[in-house]
Amino acid sequence: MERLNPRSRSDPFGSRINRRSSRALAYGLPWLSIMVGSLAPWLPVIAPAPVLPPFGFLMLLAWRFVRPGLLPLWAGLPLGLFDDLFSGQPLGSGILLFSLALLVVELVEIRFPWRSFLLDWLLALPLLLFYLAVAALFSGAALTMVQLKAVLPQLLLSIILFPIISRMVAVLDRLRLMRVRRLG
Amino acid sequence: MALPASRRSGDNKRARLGVFTGYLVAGLGAFLGAALLIISLLRPETFAGLRSMAADLASPAGEVGAAGRVGSQNVFEAIAGYYRAGSRNAELQREVRIARVKAAEAQALERENARLKAVLNLAEGETKPVAVARLIGSTSSSARRFAYISAGREDGVRPGMPVSSPLGLIGRVLEVGRRSSRVLLLTDSESMVPVRRATDDVVAFAEGRADGSLRLRLINLGINPIKLGDVFVTSGAGGLFRPGTAVALAMEITKDGAIAQLLSNPAATDVVLVEPIWQPAAIAVIQAPSIAEAEEQLAEEDEEPAADPAATPAIATE
Repeated sequence: MERLNPRSRSDPFGSRINRRSSRALAYGLPWLSIMVGSLAPWLPVIAPAPVLPPFGFLMLLAWRFVRPGLLPLWAGLPLGLFDDLFSGQPLGSGILLFSLALLVVELVEIRFPWRSFLLDWLLALPLLLFYLAVAALFSGAALTMVQLKAVLPQLLLSIILFPIISRMVAVLDRLRLMRVRRLG
Repeated sequence: MALPASRRSGDNKRARLGVFTGYLVAGLGAFLGAALLIISLLRPETFAGLRSMAADLASPAGEVGAAGRVGSQNVFEAIAGYYRAGSRNAELQREVRIARVKAAEAQALERENARLKAVLNLAEGETKPVAVARLIGSTSSSARRFAYISAGREDGVRPGMPVSSPLGLIGRVLEVGRRSSRVLLLTDSESMVPVRRATDDVVAFAEGRADGSLRLRLINLGINPIKLGDVFVTSGAGGLFRPGTAVALAMEITKDGAIAQLLSNPAATDVVLVEPIWQPAAIAVIQAPSIAEAEEQLAEEDEEPAADPAATPAIATE
């Protein structure tokens, strides 16, 4: 059988014989990838104005939409804290906004249990608007019109990037369930 | 997608309790976040230690990335910078730009020298930089403008020290970790630097606008003498920044000053110099208690008259 088709005993997640997916990878990868998204300030890009979208928050939303129930409701607390350490926002804003976003998605999910990606995107839009507005409002500096104007391109970029990030998370999700552990 | 099985609790009392606990913990998390946010807004320095510890841990990765970043202007050009073929052209352009700024700085220095010699008869030596560091990252998605540099307490960096590149001033050190520190960029809306025109003594404040430009506000109001293309340098008032460091170029004239472009775009900067605080007197002011604390102390001491004649200027204490 193997001589005819070497992939006959495997599926997209790897060989079905003698292999098993790893628990650490299956549950750790979402957390790890969101934390890597929060590390975006360490990208070798020194921005004179806020231009990059909040990658940590985008990754969190994408994971929440791609795999409902994988992240616990309280995940906003540790992930927001990690994001705060690097984002430049006053500590606490990430914790608050991440937790609130997860709660809102949960409530919307109860009301609309059957959703398409379009609806997810539509929900991400007000969430991102809320995130960026509150982050700018409580950034620790006095708010000016210029600052609000600078947020708009950032919002636009985040909304456009969201499908791409969701796609990346979907690829990560397949990686997450790969059978990497060898049995016996 | 339908609700996952774990969420359909139905009659199962234990499952219902689990769902309830989830909501409770998430709500508590949000409250904790709000409380921490209020604390850090009221006392921004509270969690500085935690932040600089995290920055120390992550800085080696940032340094690797910074080594690859070459002369580029913004995010998209920064990405393009990795693939740039005509790097030679860019290098020449940068040299011309440096030369232009240096010429303006030299002009300013000449005037500064003449004035010092004439008025104070004071000889000022060249300041030696405290440390040479790499710009390794910036808060590119936050409304605040901070950058991280790869030098910290062990390299002699202290809060308040000016950070500059060959093209001009970039900002000043805000928090210091062991091997990395956080820099308040000039474009942050909390940053304010006293400047003067390179060619004469038109003095102004350069305030950061969060969109990457600076707002120059004249101190002496009246007819606005600023013209397009005027170069502004630090004036040395306040004692933090050495006078004569290039800061900005006027791009647009407003009623009370101008909108200016930063001369040393941090995006195009790789290596920066951390310089000592120019006037030792400013160090004393920085280390002194804030005005509110000083007033409290005075209230406690009751009859003691105000002791500090150098009433803390707003710029130095932030």
